[in-house]
Amino acid sequence: MNYIFYFLIVISIIAGALNGKLSEVVNAIMQGAELSVKVAFSLIGIMAFWLGMMKIAEKSGLVEIIAKIIKPITKRLFNEIPENSPAIGDIAMNFSANALGLSNAATPMGLKAMEELQKHNKNKSSASNAMCMLLAMNTAGFQLIPATVIAVLIGIGAKNPTEIIAPTLLVTTIAFVSAIIIAKIFEKYWSPQTCDTTTSEVQEAENA
Amino acid sequence: MLSQIMNAISLWALPVIILTILTAGLFKRVPLYETFTDGAKDGFKVAVGIIPYLVAIIVAISMFRASGIIEMIENSFAPLLAHFHVPADTIPLMIVRSLSGSAALGVFSDIANNFGPDDYATKLSAVMVGSSETTFYVLAVYFGSVGISKLRYAMLTGLLADFIGIVAAVSVCNLVF
Repeated sequence: MNYIFYFLIVISIIAGALNGKLSEVVNAIMQGAELSVKVAFSLIGIMAFWLGMMKIAEKSGLVEIIAKIIKPITKRLFNEIPENSPAIGDIAMNFSANALGLSNAATPMGLKAMEELQKHNKNKSSASNAMCMLLAMNTAGFQLIPATVIAVLIGIGAKNPTEIIAPTLLVTTIAFVSAIIIAKIFEKYWSPQTCDTTTSEVQEAENA
Repeated sequence: MLSQIMNAISLWALPVIILTILTAGLFKRVPLYETFTDGAKDGFKVAVGIIPYLVAIIVAISMFRASGIIEMIENSFAPLLAHFHVPADTIPLMIVRSLSGSAALGVFSDIANNFGPDDYATKLSAVMVGSSETTFYVLAVYFGSVGISKLRYAMLTGLLADFIGIVAAVSVCNLVF
């Protein structure tokens, strides 16, 4: 992350200078900062709503039931997480909301899952294997019906806007399955997480 | 027919989920109102907590997009990608879709309006946008919410999967359209 952050900013400044767009790049800092706060604040209400709903779902045992249904899959994907952890139910809800294209609901559910996964995490500042798997599932963006895209196509008068559904579903499935496989491969070969705080502090110093 | 089913799913998904949660809560005698407000309290905390991570990512990406580098990449890769029947106008979309969801939708609307609904470029970009999620945003929000700064292989996984998604989109569209 350190390198990507550095790389993005340095490249932008160099390319901006080469293209004579340096003032746009500088303006983008302010606009980006403002946008970040706008995005975060626009999340507050919907986040509160779904976190409230999720609490009811959890207390009523609904999350547990969903977790049980999906257990054969999650057991393999999240083998470090105890089977009875509420994280499994949250992950299942997050995946279902994503698949249905309900991103407003999916994000709070995913963040709830992250909170539960953090309880099982050995090193609180570094991503656990389970977290990387959840992120792989989310960044791949699996979705059954691309509603927004279809709306745009209808807007410009496409005769058959639904013809993109099947190809999109095929592509999104390929990307989703690849993400899970890649995460599993990295889980095996990437240097394991350090649980000893002293070594992680040394690493942090090195990274900084 | 298919589009009717699709619309019905989009329309009913949320109401059905909300009704199921509330009814299950009522049956199990969960104090609905108290439990809801108790859970909702965290909404503010989570949203405000992710601001530092969002600022880092969104500012860097805004600078990247303003610098004109995406056009530079477009120009240098256009001849190579033309071999795979990739229209040059869809190249910015391949980069932008991992960086910003609203920008990706903007680029797609542009292409759709310029080329019309039946053009290959429109269909290819529709598939590319419909099958992607904004990798950088998801990473910032999810890891930011629990204060994790060392992502290990999560970003590489996301970007590799995005790349596979682009290759898959180009191949599938070549076959289908």
